[in-house]
Amino acid sequence: MSARDRVLGRVRRALADVPADSVPVDDVAYEKAVDRGYAREHGVRTVEETVDLLAENLADYRAIVHRCTEDEVSDLLMRLYAERGSETVLVPPELPPHWLAAADPVRVHDRAVSTPHELDRVDSVITGCAVAVAETGTIVLDGSPDQGRRRITLVPDHHVCVVRVPDQVVASVPQALERLDPVRPLTWISGPSATSDIELDRVEGVHGPRTLEVVLMSGE
Amino acid sequence: MSGGTFVGMPAFPAAAREAVGDTTLRANLRHATHTIRDKRARAVAELSDWDRLREAGKRIKDHTLRHLDRYLVQLEESIERAGGTVHWAADAEEANRIVADLVRATGETEVVKVKSMATQEIGLNEALEAEGIRAYETDLAELIVQLGRDRPSHILVPAIHRNRGEIRDIFRKEMADWGRPAPDGLTDTPAELAEAARLHLREKFLRAKVGISGANFMVAETGTLVVVESEGNGRMCLTLPETLISVVGIEKVVPAWRDLEVFLQTLPRSSTAERMNPYTSMWTGTSDRDGPSTFHLVLLDNGRTDTLADEVGRQALRCIRCSACLNVCPVYERAGGHAYGSVYPGPIGAILSPQLRGTGSEIDASLPYASSLCGACYEVCPVAIDIPEVLVHLRERVVQGGEATRGGNRVTLKPAKGHAAERAAMRAAGLAFARPGALRAGQRLASRTRRLHPRTLPGPGRAWSATRDLPEVPVEPFRDWWQRTRGGGGRTTESNGQ
Repeated sequence: MSARDRVLGRVRRALADVPADSVPVDDVAYEKAVDRGYAREHGVRTVEETVDLLAENLADYRAIVHRCTEDEVSDLLMRLYAERGSETVLVPPELPPHWLAAADPVRVHDRAVSTPHELDRVDSVITGCAVAVAETGTIVLDGSPDQGRRRITLVPDHHVCVVRVPDQVVASVPQALERLDPVRPLTWISGPSATSDIELDRVEGVHGPRTLEVVLMSGE
Repeated sequence: MSGGTFVGMPAFPAAAREAVGDTTLRANLRHATHTIRDKRARAVAELSDWDRLREAGKRIKDHTLRHLDRYLVQLEESIERAGGTVHWAADAEEANRIVADLVRATGETEVVKVKSMATQEIGLNEALEAEGIRAYETDLAELIVQLGRDRPSHILVPAIHRNRGEIRDIFRKEMADWGRPAPDGLTDTPAELAEAARLHLREKFLRAKVGISGANFMVAETGTLVVVESEGNGRMCLTLPETLISVVGIEKVVPAWRDLEVFLQTLPRSSTAERMNPYTSMWTGTSDRDGPSTFHLVLLDNGRTDTLADEVGRQALRCIRCSACLNVCPVYERAGGHAYGSVYPGPIGAILSPQLRGTGSEIDASLPYASSLCGACYEVCPVAIDIPEVLVHLRERVVQGGEATRGGNRVTLKPAKGHAAERAAMRAAGLAFARPGALRAGQRLASRTRRLHPRTLPGPGRAWSATRDLPEVPVEPFRDWWQRTRGGGGRTTESNGQ
C-alpha cells in the first residue's frame, strides 16, 4: 500500500465516529459551516482617512513614507537615491519610465539569468505595487511587470515602493485578498525586515532590505 | 543538532524542578512572556470582531478536519496542476527518507532551511546529516540554537532562554565551523549580533541550490502555500534556490483562498502581537519566471491521524502554532520550554506531544499534568482549543488507560504504572472522609508528630512527593482550632461588645 493510501485510509477511519453529513460537501455546505459575520473592515473612514491610516501604520512599523503627485515622483526618487548615495538601481521590466526620468543611478534590469550575487551588488530597487492594506500597514507585490520577481525586492538593501493612491489602497486584509490572484507569487511586506530574537529587542534588517521607503503617489 | 530529538529527556517534573532553580532562565522567561502577552492584548483589542474571527477560525479548521481526506486530495490536485509534486509520509522516518532522496537527486550536499516546527518534530536535520547533507537553519533564533548545539525552548522565539552575552559567545566560538566566522571584536548588542548573522548567512543564501521549509497554511482550492515570517530568511529560502521542498503537517490545509482572511488577521496578532508580520510569502506550484523551478510538498502524518481519531483530543489539530498559550501559562513561565521534552512546549505541547507520540513514555505520560488547569491558554487561543479539557481527558487516559489509536490501529492502553499510588491514595482519602472519627484521630496524630515527618513520603507516596514540596502540617488541626476558638467569631462578638 502506498503512503498516500495509508494516510488517507487512516484519516477516514479516524473520522468514523463523526456522523456522515447528509448534505454533500460543496461550497454551499462550507458557507453554512463557517459564519463570515466578522468585519470586512474595521471602522468607518473616508478614502483620504484610509490613505492616512496606511501612512501611519507603515511609519509605525519603521517604513519611511513620502507623499507626492505623479508629476513630482521623478524628482522625489532622484532625491531619495542621491541622499542614500545609490549608484545602481534594479528596475522591473515595465516600470513607468518617467518615474526614473530624473534619477542618476545606473539601471540594472530584472533578468531571469541574473545570479543572486549580481543582485547583491545592487544598491537599491524600485517597484510598483499590487495592493496596499491600510489597517495593517502592508504593501503586497504580485510579480506584475512593474514589480518584477520576488527576489529583486529581497536581496538589495534598499527598497522603494510606489503605491498609487487611492486606487491601490484597501482598508483591510479581507479586501486585499479579494483583489489578489492566488496563482501569482505574492509577497506581503509590512515594514522592513526585522527580528526580535535577541532578548526581544527589535532589530531592523536581518536578511531583507534594511530600509523600506514607500511613496504614496496621487494622480493629480 | 537542532533539537529534533529529545531522547533521554527526564519526565516533566524532574526537568521542571531543574529549570525552576535556574534564576536567570526564570527572569528571561518572565520578562519575555509578560512583554509579549501585554502587547498581544493590545493588538487583539484593536479588532472589534476578534470573537467572531476566533469562532470563524475554529469552524474553518473543524470543518476541514471533518473532511480532511477530501481537502488533502483536492490540495494534491491543485498543486500538481500548478507544476508541483506531492509526496505522502505516514511517519517521521518516511518523511526524512523522501527529503533525503530529493536532496540527493539534486547532487547537493547542503540545504538552507526556513524555521519549521514540522521538520524539527521529525528530526530532519539529524536525518540529513546521517546522509551526508548539511542543513543550515537560517532563522536567527534557530541559528543560535543550532550553533549552540542546543534545543529550541519556545515556538516563536526558540532562543528565548539565551542572553545576549551567551549569544555573542556562541557566535564567536561556533560560526567559523559552519561558514563565515563572527566579525572581530563582536559585542553583545542585538544590532551587531543580527549583523553578524546577516553576514554569516548571506553567503549561504546566495549559493544555495536547495531550500527546505514548512508552511503555515495550504489552500486546497488553489494549491497555494503560505509562509509568514519576519526576517526575510524565509523569503531567501523560498525564492533563491532552484529546488524547494516543503514538509507540512496534513492539518495545515484550509479549504479556500478566502479562509486566509481570518488567519492572516488572527495569527500575527496572537503570535508576535503585530498587526501584520513583516513578510508573508505565497506561492502556487512553480512559476518559470519567478522562484524555484522545482517544488516538492511532503504531506506529513506522523501521529496526526491518531490525534484525529480522538474525539476530544482532535481539536489540538486546529492549532496554528501562534504560541500565545505559552506566553500566558504560569507553568511554562516557570518551567521553561525544555522541560516539556518536545519541540512543542507549553500548554499546546502538553496536549499535542502525548497525542502525536502516544503516552507510552514517561515524559509523554507526565505532560498532561504539566498544567494548573487555570484556563488562560484557552482564553487566548485564536482557534479556541479547549486545552484544559484535553488535558483532563489525557490525564484520564494516562491513569485509567482505555481505547486509543496508535499508528492507525485501535489499541487498548493499560493504566500508566506510576499512577497506581495516586489511585490508592484517592481511595484512602475517600474512606477517611466518610468516617469523621478516623479523620479527626488521624489529623491529631499528624500534628503531634509533625517534627518527625520526613521531607518525602515513604513507599508508593514517594513518586508524588518527589515532585512536590510537602506542605507543613499545622501545630493543631483546623477542627481543634475551631473548637478552641469557636471559629474566632465568638471573640469578635465579645470585642465588639466591649
